[in-house]
Amino acid sequence: MLAEMGIETLEPLLADIPARLRLRRLNLADGLSEAETMARVRQLAGRNSAFEDRLTFRGGGVYRRFIPAAVPAVTSKSEFYTAYTPYQPEASQGWLQATFEFQTMIAELTAMDVSNASLYDGATAVAEAAAMAVVQTGRDRVLVAGYLHPEYLEVLTTYARGRKFHVLQKLPRAGVVDPDELGEPLDQTVAAVIFQQPNFLGLVEDAQALTEAAHQAGALAVACVDPVNLALLQPPGEYGADIAVGEGQQLGLTPSYGGPHLGFIACRSELVRRLPGRLVGESQDARGRRGFVLTLQAREQHIRRDKATSNICTNHALCALAATVYLSYMGPDGLRDVAQTSLTRSHHLERRLAGLRGFRPAFPEAAFVNEFPVRVEGGEGLLARLQEVGILGGLPVGRWFPELEGVLVFCCTELNDAAAIETLVEACNG
Amino acid sequence: MAERRYTESHEWVSVEGKVATVGVTDFAQSQLGDVVFLELPRAGLQVQAGDAFGVIESVKAASDLYSPVAGKVVEVNDRLTQQPELVNKDPYGEGWLVKVELSNGVGDGLLDEAAYKKLTGGRAE
Amino acid sequence: MTEPLSFEKSRESLPGPRLPAAGLPGVDPAQVIPRARLRRNRPHLPRLSEPEVMRHFTRLAAMNYSISKNFYPLGSCTMKYNPVTNEVAASLPGFAYLHPYQPEETVQGALELMWDLERALCEIVGVDRMCLQPAAGAHGEWTGLRMIQAFHEDRGEDRSEVIVPDSAHGTNPASAALCGFKVVEVRSDAGGRVSLPDLESKLSPRTAALMLTNPNTLGLFEKEILEVADLVHSVGAKLYYDGANLNALMGICRPGDMGFDVVHLNLHKTFTTPHGGGGPGAGPVGVMKDLEQFLPRPTLERENGHFKLDFERPRSIGRVRSFYGNFGMLVRALTYILAMGADGLSQASEDAVLSANYLRTRLEGALEFPHDGPCKHEFVASARNLTAQGIHATDLAKGLLERGFYAPTIYFPLIVPEAVMVEPTETESKATLDAFTEAVLEIVQLAQTDPERLQAEPTSLPVGRLDEVAAARHPVLRWRPPAQD
Repeated sequence: MLAEMGIETLEPLLADIPARLRLRRLNLADGLSEAETMARVRQLAGRNSAFEDRLTFRGGGVYRRFIPAAVPAVTSKSEFYTAYTPYQPEASQGWLQATFEFQTMIAELTAMDVSNASLYDGATAVAEAAAMAVVQTGRDRVLVAGYLHPEYLEVLTTYARGRKFHVLQKLPRAGVVDPDELGEPLDQTVAAVIFQQPNFLGLVEDAQALTEAAHQAGALAVACVDPVNLALLQPPGEYGADIAVGEGQQLGLTPSYGGPHLGFIACRSELVRRLPGRLVGESQDARGRRGFVLTLQAREQHIRRDKATSNICTNHALCALAATVYLSYMGPDGLRDVAQTSLTRSHHLERRLAGLRGFRPAFPEAAFVNEFPVRVEGGEGLLARLQEVGILGGLPVGRWFPELEGVLVFCCTELNDAAAIETLVEACNG
Repeated sequence: MAERRYTESHEWVSVEGKVATVGVTDFAQSQLGDVVFLELPRAGLQVQAGDAFGVIESVKAASDLYSPVAGKVVEVNDRLTQQPELVNKDPYGEGWLVKVELSNGVGDGLLDEAAYKKLTGGRAE
Repeated sequence: MTEPLSFEKSRESLPGPRLPAAGLPGVDPAQVIPRARLRRNRPHLPRLSEPEVMRHFTRLAAMNYSISKNFYPLGSCTMKYNPVTNEVAASLPGFAYLHPYQPEETVQGALELMWDLERALCEIVGVDRMCLQPAAGAHGEWTGLRMIQAFHEDRGEDRSEVIVPDSAHGTNPASAALCGFKVVEVRSDAGGRVSLPDLESKLSPRTAALMLTNPNTLGLFEKEILEVADLVHSVGAKLYYDGANLNALMGICRPGDMGFDVVHLNLHKTFTTPHGGGGPGAGPVGVMKDLEQFLPRPTLERENGHFKLDFERPRSIGRVRSFYGNFGMLVRALTYILAMGADGLSQASEDAVLSANYLRTRLEGALEFPHDGPCKHEFVASARNLTAQGIHATDLAKGLLERGFYAPTIYFPLIVPEAVMVEPTETESKATLDAFTEAVLEIVQLAQTDPERLQAEPTSLPVGRLDEVAAARHPVLRWRPPAQD
């Protein structure tokens, strides 16, 4: 190759780099063979202890759920994972169609008109929704009603500082928000009321009333929802939410120490041109064959530059594919079974724990689906004891909410079988 | 038809009485390509000359629309919502964007036909 | 060949999959949740058997072009081979099944991996600390700019402008604007590099930062980078490195040594984590010492051989995403760095530069080259020489698809008319580059002899050119069940 360029070494190609910048060599070890590389990586993996599925009773936004073998079988196809954003539609119809199916599924689950092709995670999805509301209403404050995931709130606050809007939070007394409590902070300067359904503690909010309160103040209602529990709970589109967002990790993705997961965002059709990120639409070729393309791209950074709706470019397409395969496998009945079984088991566990000395439901009046807060005497000691027998117990939430010191949020999914629940209850009773 | 005046950002304006009709030039539509969407203001918006009052989008480009005149938007071409292609087909006619009731006259900063032609390398029409 | 939507293949009578039974007396949702808050209608999801699911997605997979199939010369995206070892590593149960809220002592291996990766990336780019949280390059850009903003605010300085070259990636101005900065454009000179006089005229006490890619998006090394850095620093502004093009420089020179204060990387470009059809990626962002206190929370610290997450960072700009970033991507990147080592990484960059220059030389005469070489890891040609025949960059792109290649990035950077941006990467052989050259030559020939045929391509793919105008004028963004129409 050098000869065809008429040079003898690579040096002429690097000559425009100032000599004082040239490096002799990086201060890193030399490369390893595949066997040695994997030995080192396995050694690192071996220094972690993952808890068993059935003995993990901790959620907090990341859940151990059954992943059908079909999901990794599809996402590990190199035709999917070694492609990039489908800029050339004729050579990327598989990706585009799968994304169109994903958009439809999210729209169906949330009962909203339109979904985008994915965002990074639930936290940034909340932040993007808030930014949409700020632009749409021309107002510069957003109100977080109740127990939103504390890390989502933190990311929202970080984004707000950069994007020049303010975040207010109203924490309820009774675990869930009484819409009348919102009164004072919710005025004509609020762009959006943001709530999580079920909330971070697992409790079911009166989403309809919160949405109405938002609309009365001329604000948008932003619902942060759990896609599996949407099989049981009223979807945001039915109670009139303007934007629905959430985290899709439960739809076929492993916890992976927190990522990569799947942010989703859906909205009413009037807001579609304010959506961040990629959108896939249907079209036709000259012979009338249906095909799919990236569309409404003038919203995006590569065209609109400093006036784009968001700076997002790379998204979480492969995670969205996992969710699409998961939902195709489950269908409406399978998804409902998953949610129903989780609900049954959680309510069983809650009743069993409530019968133990030193355990009492933190908010006994509030409804929950598959995650619930329990006030536990000596909670930290309990967690250490559980860990010794291989159980990852409830999530201590006092670290974020001082008023909830001593509260553990327990979670059950379809993987925590009845025997595992008994093991947990016995260990708690010990 | 009244004489058209032009901006350097490729809008045109033509005044009859106190009302100015505003659109984008033929050169602008040809550079943008097929127009797919316009974000236009509601009637009632007050604009100053040089204010961005909307956005025009094609598949591969988007640009802001700047008002050549000061005044109040009194009419918006609603047909463009369903038929944005009118901007391509007839930029000086059916593809007009908004009508503005002038608060003053038309400013001095606008270009006449010859000056605009020069700006666009003789490709104004 | 087209494939119906999964919804269109749905069989309404099909039962759902067999899932674990509760094994406990069932609880009726209506007994424990107010009825008004329950869902009344099931969502329209497809009902398919597992074989139907597998067949559907296998057919869709076959309608995709991918690196595993052939050359993917998409400029600026660094489409190099994604080692399968990375995938095996990330799926080890000791990584894949870790819950982010596990006690710290049970995840020491994960933290050590992140520590090792941070140290390695700091060494490769020459910065003091690195934050692994950002999920993508643009996310890292925004994070870096927020830190610069916090730095200036902390010193009581009101700096409202960020300077961006006219050749920059769209994410640069977008990220700056979403941080509340006014974007000021600096021109490229005739040689394709930042114009120093123009830069000088735009720098002021209002300047917060200059964002630069080096090599720039034309694939050219900013050879006056040391002068640029001095100019930027002389007005008290910071120099930001967009790491999209780091693949040209590993082990050859380092942004930190050039005077950059903040550096973001795209692990899905330079460090071989797969692009996944559009993501997930990872966009770590590194800083020099004086910006360290503003890093997102938590940072990773090491005390007596024990790794811990430090949340007590009072000057931090805060979190930019949940948990600790795209950990699975971090595993892949470290696996790659371990396998390559110091010698392998510099070899990779040298080979990337070699490939690009070789291909550039081969294509001279076929296309126009508005800027003189040598280039670094990529180059930008122009298809302007074909426009007389009515042929544009897009036709060249479609012609390449027809001939079994993916298309280069086209119409970017914006300053080159009919831009054709080619990044061959180090993982392509001479034979592949030669075959690509032959395809381009054939297309250029066809542009002269039968432009209409070229304009009708591709004809051998599942669909021909799609009507993007109609798609954008009347967007159909989802399937709807027939009854809802």
